[in-house]
Amino acid sequence: MNSKTHKDPLFHISRKDPPVWWKRFGIRIIAVILALVLAGIVTLLLTKLNPIDVYLTMIDGAVGTKRRVWALIQKTAMLLIIAVAITPAFRMRFWNIGAEGQVLIGGFATAVVMLKLGGKVPTPVLFIIMVVSAIAAGAVWGFIPAFFKAKSNTNETLFTLMMNYVAIQLIGYFVLEWSVPKGSGQIGIINQKTQEGWIPSVGGNAYLVNVIVVAAITIAIAIYLNRTKHGYEIAVVGDSQNTARYIGIDVKKVIIRTMLLSGAICGIAGFLLVSGQDHTITKDTAGGNGFTAIMVAWLAKFNPLWMILTAFIICFLQKGAGEIATMFNLNLAFADIITGIIIFFIVGSEFFIDYKIVFRKSGKEVAA
Amino acid sequence: MIMFIQRAIIQGIPLLFGATGEILTEKSGHLNLGIPGIMYTGAIGGVIGAFLYENAVGPENINPALAIIIPLLCSIVLSLFMGLIYCFLTVTLRANQNVTGLALTTFGVGIGNFFGGSLIKLSGADVPSINLTATSNYFKAKLPFASSLGAVGEIVFSYSFLAYAAIIIALVAAFVLKKTRTGLHLRAVGENPATADAAGINVGKYKYCATCIGSVIAGLGGLFYIMDYAYGVWSNNGFGDRGWLAVALVIFSMWKPDISIIGSFIFGALLIVQNYIPNLSMSAQELIKMLPYVVTIVVLVIVSMRNKKENQPPASLGLPYFREDR
Repeated sequence: MNSKTHKDPLFHISRKDPPVWWKRFGIRIIAVILALVLAGIVTLLLTKLNPIDVYLTMIDGAVGTKRRVWALIQKTAMLLIIAVAITPAFRMRFWNIGAEGQVLIGGFATAVVMLKLGGKVPTPVLFIIMVVSAIAAGAVWGFIPAFFKAKSNTNETLFTLMMNYVAIQLIGYFVLEWSVPKGSGQIGIINQKTQEGWIPSVGGNAYLVNVIVVAAITIAIAIYLNRTKHGYEIAVVGDSQNTARYIGIDVKKVIIRTMLLSGAICGIAGFLLVSGQDHTITKDTAGGNGFTAIMVAWLAKFNPLWMILTAFIICFLQKGAGEIATMFNLNLAFADIITGIIIFFIVGSEFFIDYKIVFRKSGKEVAA
Repeated sequence: MIMFIQRAIIQGIPLLFGATGEILTEKSGHLNLGIPGIMYTGAIGGVIGAFLYENAVGPENINPALAIIIPLLCSIVLSLFMGLIYCFLTVTLRANQNVTGLALTTFGVGIGNFFGGSLIKLSGADVPSINLTATSNYFKAKLPFASSLGAVGEIVFSYSFLAYAAIIIALVAAFVLKKTRTGLHLRAVGENPATADAAGINVGKYKYCATCIGSVIAGLGGLFYIMDYAYGVWSNNGFGDRGWLAVALVIFSMWKPDISIIGSFIFGALLIVQNYIPNLSMSAQELIKMLPYVVTIVVLVIVSMRNKKENQPPASLGLPYFREDR
């Protein structure tokens, strides 16, 4: 098309069939190792600390004592349930980045019930109302963007993102309205004396119930996605909406139904955070987990069972890096830097799973 | 009233930088959710540069030109670096844009807070806190005749050079996107990369350039925030969720940089209006802070329902482009 001399490129990139599972696994392991090496170098440059020491401190900080182990398990469970919650939507290629808001609003509904009905109704009834209202609140927060996506194809990524901040500010409003003592700007521990609406400790373990609930939901969603008609419909809509329409799937219905489910589970996550962990509600109750969960879900390729591993790794890093920060008198944000580096590497490594680089002259295929 | 307009504009300028940068990026078909992180690194880049410079020469011998150039360059280099990470992963390696963007935000906010919290310890300086008022004063230098022109002067001429840069950059971006061949090509890449590729446009090059330039512009927003609005005093998470507000502003202005100038002033006004309503309770302030997001949602819904072509997000926003996938 122009007079430039045509030059063959040195290499080109083409798709390849997915490699066998151990190769896929190996590529990711290599990515994580490279990431840890780079993170170690960065640590060395920034802090002049021995990276091995730093990593050892990290391990100690994450699992050093029984208390820390349980804190880690609880953190993992909370991240896991949110990741599981957004998975049905993501499998449908509905980019629900509004988990933060859906969790918050679920937690908020729980807190409202605890505040207003705690001690006025029998405990089992109280718990039922708490769970139902948390589910309803989360589902509503998921329904609104889904409705507009189905109706007029409104961009769901941006919509759900904005819904987060609507939820945050709404909670900000009520936290100030109902603050105890008045004007303190926080609600404080709800029902501290009576412990009404608190998830009880089982066998001396405050988080056991949480963990069991999360495990049950994770397994249920894994089955729902892989073994039911609904799960199949979600997969088809995710692959191609045209195909879905062609084979008679009501795409709009699937979008709305799936987001109701996604929001509802986020609501449950909010319930667990408020009733089972914090016993209060603040703007930070979800604590960014709604965003972190997206990375967790994606790293696990939207497979709920793999998410147990990815959620654990992320939480391990965060807990461990928190320990580094206190030990070496550094800032807590150090954890975020390391998490970021590792995710960059894993995200980048996917390329070598899906594509191969073909060099022109040698004809040698470099399939990493 | 004059104070209100001034402060609204100062609040709006970081958002304007962020939004202009994000518009350029989105026009190339990339939804960069790393903008909040990039703005943080832009801010901390300026802080690092200024801090090292101030400590190296001592507060008495600061050269005004260097005091501006060094932080500016540091800020640009860091945000460019962030943009390159994003580009390499999403353009070259075709990684998922949402995940990459969110990771970039985690990373960038992490970098900001880490250096903000540990810079003193790391550099071994003997100062209690990061306080760059000296540098900030150079950044805040105003036109000398501003105050002599009365109200008009106060509203129009009383800002620092970065504020005018923001408006000029937005106008230039609007012009480039609307009126030039480069802009036409860029929009083509964002709407339909396959068609653009077939027309002989270097898709990868456009995506790289748009995203990197966008990142640098967004980073300047962070720099403006820290050096102008915050008087050079860094506080962790002080920047807040302004990065997401910038993303909201992109939607609000329907992907048009010139509209985002007005939009940024409106958002800026919404951010501070609670200070100017008498007898407003603390809790009601929280509701007012919700307004920018609600307004954005309303715009988003209306735009998608009216379905007018020129107001839509770029058609291939968020989708990776691979030549063989056709």
